[in-house]
Amino acid sequence: MQRWPVLLFLAWVCFLFCAGIGLFMSGFLLTRIELASSSSCSDPLVPPPWERQNLPPGSCWAPQRFSKAVLVIVDALRFEFAHFNPDKASPLPYEKQLSFLHHLTTSQPRHARLYRFRADAPTATMQRIKGLTTGSLPTFIDVGSNFATYAIEEDNLLAQLVQNGRRVVFMGDDTWEGLFPKKFFRSYFFPSFNVKDLHTVDDGILQHLYPTVDSGEWDVLIAHFLGVDHCGHKHGPDHPEMAKKLTQMNEMLRSLVNHLGNDTLLLVAGDHGMTETGDHGGDSEKEVNAALFVYSKTPLFSTVPPEEPETVPQVNLVPTVALLLGVPIPYSSIGEVMAELFSGDSDAVSAALQQLSVYHINAKQVDRFLHSYSLVAQDLPAEQLQHLQELFSSAVEEHIQLLAQVQGSVLVSPELESRLGSLISRFQLYLREARAVCTQSWARFHPLRMVGGCALISSSCLLCYLASELTVVSDSFYRSCLLYPLRWGLVVAVLFGLAHALTQEGMDLLLVSSCAAAASQMAFFWHWWGQHPRQARLAGSQPPPASTGLRQRLQAWLGLAFPMGILLFRCGAMFSDSFVVAEGRAAPFLLASLVMLLIGKLHWDGRLTLPEGPRQQFLAFSSYRREIWYLLCLVAMLLVCVRLSSFFHQCREEIPQCRPSLFLSPLASLRNTRAKNLFYLLCVALLAGLVYAVRSWLRHYGNLNSSGPLVLFVRWGFPLVVLCIACYWAVASSTDDSLGKLQELVQVAVVAFPWAVYGLASLGLLLLLCNPMTVFAKDTRESAGSIVTPYLGVPNAEVDFLHVIPQIYKRMQESQKCRLERGSCKATVAAYGLGSVYSAALVITLTLLGFLLMLLHSERLSLAFLLLFLEAFVLLHIHTHARGLAGDAEPFSVPWYAVISWLLAASQFFYSTGHQPIFPAIHWNAAFVGFHLDHSTNVLPAVLVGANTFASHILFAVGCPLLLLWPFVCETPSSQRKKPKKEPRQDLQEVEEHMMEMRLRESPEKFSAALLQLGLKYLFVLGTQLLACVCAAMILRRHLMVWKVFAPKFLFESLGFVVSSVCLLLGISLVMRVDCAVSTWFSQLQLR
Amino acid sequence: MSGAEAGRLLTANLLCVFSIVLTAVVPSFIWEGFTVLGTHLSWLCICSVCISIVNILLHLVLKPNQSPKRSSFTHKISRFLKCCVYFFMSCILFHVIIVLYGAPLIESVTETFLFAVLLSTFTTLQCLCMLGPNIQAWIRVFSKNGATSIWESSLQITTVCSILGAWFGAFPIPLDWDRPWQVWPISCSLGATFGYAAGLILAPLWIHWNRKQLTYKSR
Ligand SMILES: [Zn+2]
Ligand SMILES: [Zn+2]
Repeated sequence: MQRWPVLLFLAWVCFLFCAGIGLFMSGFLLTRIELASSSSCSDPLVPPPWERQNLPPGSCWAPQRFSKAVLVIVDALRFEFAHFNPDKASPLPYEKQLSFLHHLTTSQPRHARLYRFRADAPTATMQRIKGLTTGSLPTFIDVGSNFATYAIEEDNLLAQLVQNGRRVVFMGDDTWEGLFPKKFFRSYFFPSFNVKDLHTVDDGILQHLYPTVDSGEWDVLIAHFLGVDHCGHKHGPDHPEMAKKLTQMNEMLRSLVNHLGNDTLLLVAGDHGMTETGDHGGDSEKEVNAALFVYSKTPLFSTVPPEEPETVPQVNLVPTVALLLGVPIPYSSIGEVMAELFSGDSDAVSAALQQLSVYHINAKQVDRFLHSYSLVAQDLPAEQLQHLQELFSSAVEEHIQLLAQVQGSVLVSPELESRLGSLISRFQLYLREARAVCTQSWARFHPLRMVGGCALISSSCLLCYLASELTVVSDSFYRSCLLYPLRWGLVVAVLFGLAHALTQEGMDLLLVSSCAAAASQMAFFWHWWGQHPRQARLAGSQPPPASTGLRQRLQAWLGLAFPMGILLFRCGAMFSDSFVVAEGRAAPFLLASLVMLLIGKLHWDGRLTLPEGPRQQFLAFSSYRREIWYLLCLVAMLLVCVRLSSFFHQCREEIPQCRPSLFLSPLASLRNTRAKNLFYLLCVALLAGLVYAVRSWLRHYGNLNSSGPLVLFVRWGFPLVVLCIACYWAVASSTDDSLGKLQELVQVAVVAFPWAVYGLASLGLLLLLCNPMTVFAKDTRESAGSIVTPYLGVPNAEVDFLHVIPQIYKRMQESQKCRLERGSCKATVAAYGLGSVYSAALVITLTLLGFLLMLLHSERLSLAFLLLFLEAFVLLHIHTHARGLAGDAEPFSVPWYAVISWLLAASQFFYSTGHQPIFPAIHWNAAFVGFHLDHSTNVLPAVLVGANTFASHILFAVGCPLLLLWPFVCETPSSQRKKPKKEPRQDLQEVEEHMMEMRLRESPEKFSAALLQLGLKYLFVLGTQLLACVCAAMILRRHLMVWKVFAPKFLFESLGFVVSSVCLLLGISLVMRVDCAVSTWFSQLQLR
Repeated sequence: MSGAEAGRLLTANLLCVFSIVLTAVVPSFIWEGFTVLGTHLSWLCICSVCISIVNILLHLVLKPNQSPKRSSFTHKISRFLKCCVYFFMSCILFHVIIVLYGAPLIESVTETFLFAVLLSTFTTLQCLCMLGPNIQAWIRVFSKNGATSIWESSLQITTVCSILGAWFGAFPIPLDWDRPWQVWPISCSLGATFGYAAGLILAPLWIHWNRKQLTYKSR
C-alpha cells in the first residue's frame, strides 16, 4: 500500500486550494488594525501660539469656532445630485433638484460652499459611517474590534463630543444604534433594512427635526436620511421618483436653514454615491463621488469660492469638525483639516498663521497615530514612514522658527507671506502623503489577485475531478501526477523567490506560493494530457461494441447528472443573498431531495423489485426485495433527523420575524428549576446513550474483546468522560447564589472538569495513535491439536453467537482447512474484530471528538450532536444498501451522491449546531470552557472557538473514510442468502464473505487508490462550493449586501474548507495508521 | 397504439388543462373578491374538487383500461371504498413528507393539508382512476419500461411533472421579493399546478414524437 504518495497528493491538492484562497483573500479582504488609544484634551499637541494664551472655555487643542453643529447625512447623495448647473437645458431627473444649495452659494458666497466629497472603498453605508466618525479608512475586517457587536470601539468624533460634554442628538438610520450604543443624548432610530421602503426613515426624521432644533437641547445634531439611497436601490438614479425625493430634501434644507441660529455650523454630506443602477459598495468613480455642503450664518470663508468645486476626501471632515467645535481630533484620524474654514474674516497674514497652527495640530496628531500604528502593525512600508517622519519634523521645526521671527517682527510682509504659503503647502504635502500611504495599504481592491485566486481555485477543482477519474494506479501515476508537479512547483518557487530577493522587494510569501501552485498545476495538466492518449489507446485495445459504449456513457452521464444537479443548485444558491441567508433551510431541503431522488432512481431502474420469480397478485408488495423496507425506514429516519435538526437554528438579523432556538442558550439561563433539571437529565442520558450505542456497536463487531489499552479506554474511559462532562454541566448550569459557601469550590470545578475531559480525550487519541488495533486474537497453535473448534467466546446470548463470528483472514482459514482435512497438527488463529478494525478506530476517534465538541457547545446542543451522529449513521446505511441494491461492479469507488450527501449533511449541521456565517453569531463562550476569563495567548481561544464553529465540518471530514469502509463492514452473511444456491463445496467462498474490511487489505494498491479517490471527490465537492462563494463575492462586490452577507459567507466557507481539508487528511492518515498496525500485526503472527 | 387513442388522450388532457383554467377564472365571476392568490385556500379546494370530478368523469366516459370481467356490485363498492382510503392515506403521506421537507409543523396546518390534497389529486387520484387500488400495477407503471399503454405513459409524465413543479415551487420562497405569491404554500401549489398542466400538454407531444420507439407489450 502506498501511504505517503496518497497523503502527499491530497496535501498538495489542499495546498493548491489554500494558495487560491490566500491569493483571493489578499485582493478582496482589506484589513487594518484598530488602535485602542483615544485622544484627550490634555494631550501635548497644542501648537506654540496657543500654548501660552489660555484657550477659551470649552475648547480643546484649538479655540472653538462654533458651539453647535448640524450634520445632515443624505445617504448616497452623489455629487451630481447636489451640483446645480443653471445652463443645462434638459436636466435628468436627478439634476437641478437641490436648488436651495445653489441659491445659498450664489447669494452668500462667503457663507456657503459645495465640495466634491470623495468616499473611500468599500462604499457601504456602515463602513462610511465608521469613516465619517473615526476619520480613518475602515476595511471589511478591522482587526482588534470585538466581532460580537458592530459597535465602533476606535476613538471617534462622537466619543470625543460626548467625552467633552456635548449633547449629541441623532435621528434616522438605525445602523447608528449598533455602531454607537448609548452615546446619544437623545435619539430617534428608524429601521433601515427594508430597501423598498422609501419614506419611513425620512418622514420620521422630518417629524422630529424642527421641534428638536427649536428646543435647543443639543450641541450636535445628526440626521441621516435614507430615502435617496433606497430610491436608488429600488428605481435607480434616473427615475422621476428620485426627483421627488431630492425635492423633498431641498425643502427640508430650506426650512432647516430658517431654524438655525448664528452660532451653528450646517454640514450636508452624502456618505457615498451610486452607480447608474443605484448600487454602491465598490470603488468606481460614480460610487465614490459624494457631495459635501458647508454653511453657516456667520461668514466662514475669506475668499470667494473657486469656479469648479474643490475635491475633499471624506476623512477630512473629522479633524475639521472636531477643531471647529473645539474637541480633540480622534486618535486614528488620518484626515487633513479643511484650512479655509479656519481663516475667518481677518487679514491674509493672521489667517495664514491661524491655518498654520491648525495644520500643526493636525500634523502632530497624524504623526502620533502613524507612530503608534507602526508599532503594532507592519503593513505600512518602513521607508515611506521614514520619509514622512522627515517631512513632519522639518515642517514643525520651520513653523517654530517662523513663529519666533514673527514674534520678533524680523520679516516684512511679502517675504512673510511667501514663507507662510510654502510652509502651508509643506504641511499639506505631509498630510496628503500620509493619507496616501494608508490608503494604499487599506482601501484598495486588487482585481488581478482576485481573478488569480478565482482561477487557481477553479483549476484546482478541475484537477480534483480529473485525478479522481484517473483510475490508473501504478508507479507512473504517482510519478507523473505528483512528483513532476511538485518538482516544477519547487523550481518555480525557488526561482521566483530568488528573483524577489535579488530585486530587494522583500519576500511576498503568498505570491511565491501561489506561483508555485500555479506552476505545479500546469505540470500536472501537462502530464495528464500527455498520458491521456495512451490511456485512450489502452482502453481502445479491448473495445466494447460502439453503440453500447455510447449508451453506457450516456447512462453514466445521466447517473452523474442527478447528484451533480443538486450540487449545482447548491452552488447557484451562493449567488443570491436571500439564499445565503436561508441556507440553513436550503441545505436540508437539498439533502432530502437528493436521497429521495436516489430512491426514485433505484426504483425506476427496477433495482428494488425482484427481477424474476412468481408474482402473487394479491400481496401488493411481494415483488419488492425484503431490503426495501429497511431502506425506506432508513430514509424516513433520515428525513425525521433532518427535520428535527431545524429546531436548533440561530437567527440572522436579515429575518426579523425569526426567533432563535431555545436550545441555544445555556442551561444556566433557565429560570424554571424543574425544566432545568429535566433538560440536564435528558442531556446526560443522551450522552450515556451515545456511549452505550458506540460500545454495543463495537461489541457487535467483536472489537471490544481485546485487552489492549485502547479497548480498556473505550470500556472505562468513555464513561469517565461522560461523567466529567455531566459534572461540568451540573456545575456550570447551577445558579450562583444557591451554592453559598461552595463558591470557591465551584470556581475550581468549572476549570477542572473541562481539563479532565481534555486530558482524557487526548489520552484516548494518543492510545489510538500508539496502537489502533482493537483485535482480539486467540492463538490455538500452542494448545496442541486436541482443540478442534475455534474459540468462540462466551456464547452468552443468541445474538453474540450469531454475530461474533471470528473474522478469520483467508490464509488462516486455509491453514485450518488444511488441518481439518489432513488431521495434522497445524493450528489456527481466530481474530475477533479484524473485519472492522479500520472503522472501529474511526468510530472511537469520532466519539472522542464528539465529546470534546459537545463540551464546547451549550448543554442542550448535545441533542443536535446526537442527531448528527444518528444522521451520519443513517446516511452510511442508506449508502451501503443503495449500493448493494444497485449492484455496483466497482466496490472500491464511492459514488458521487454519497460524497455530496455527506457534505450536505455537514453544512446542514453547521446551522443545526446553532451557527450562522456572520460574526455576531459566533459562540464566543467556547473560548472560556476550562479557562477562567484569561488567556495569555490568542492561539488557544482561537482554536476553541474555531472548533466550536466548525464542529460539524470536523466530524464529517474525519468520518469521511467511513463512506468507503462502511459497505465492507456491513457485509453480512445475509447478503449471500439471496444469491443463487451455491454448491456446498464452496465454503471457501463463503469465508470470503466474512472478510469485510480485510478485502481492502487483499488489494492494497486498490485500497490506497480508493482512499485517494475518495479524498479527491470530497475536495472536489468542497472546492466547488468554495468556488461558488468566491465567485459570488467577486462578482457581487458592488452588491448592497456584500459586506453583510457575501463576504462573511466567503470567509466562513474558506475557513471551513481549510478545517475540513485538514481533518480529511487526518482521517485518511488515521486509516493509514491502522493499516500500518494491521501489517505489523500480521507479520508478528507469521513470526510466531 | 392507434391514432384514435392518441386523439382521445389529447382531448382528455386538454379538457383537464381547460378545467384548471376555469377554476382560476370562473369563481371570480360568481364570488366577489375571489383571486387565486388572495383567497388561495378556497382556490385550492375548488381546484382539487374540480380536477377530481373531471378526472373521474373522463375515466368513466373514456374507460382507458376496460377490465375484461364484469364485477359484482359489492365488489365495486369495496373497490370504491378502498380507493377512498388510499386517497386519504396518500393525502396524509404527502402532508408528512411536506412537513419533513421543511414546512411549518403547527402553524398553517390547513394550508399544508390542502396542498397535500392538491398534490394527491394530481398524482394519486389519477393513478386510482387509471389503475385502481392495485399497488402492484402502480409499482410496475413507475419503473423503466413499465408503461403498457399511452395512458400509462401519460400518467407517468404528469405525475412526475406535478411533483417536480411542486419541488421547484419551493425555490422562490426565501427570496426577498416581497411578492404575495411567495407565501407558503402558494408558490408550491402554483408550481404543482403548472407542472401538472405542463405534464398534460407534454405527454401527448412526447408520445407523438416517440411513437416509433414506444412498443407496449401487453401484460
Ligand atoms: Zn449609504
Ligand atoms: Zn445603499
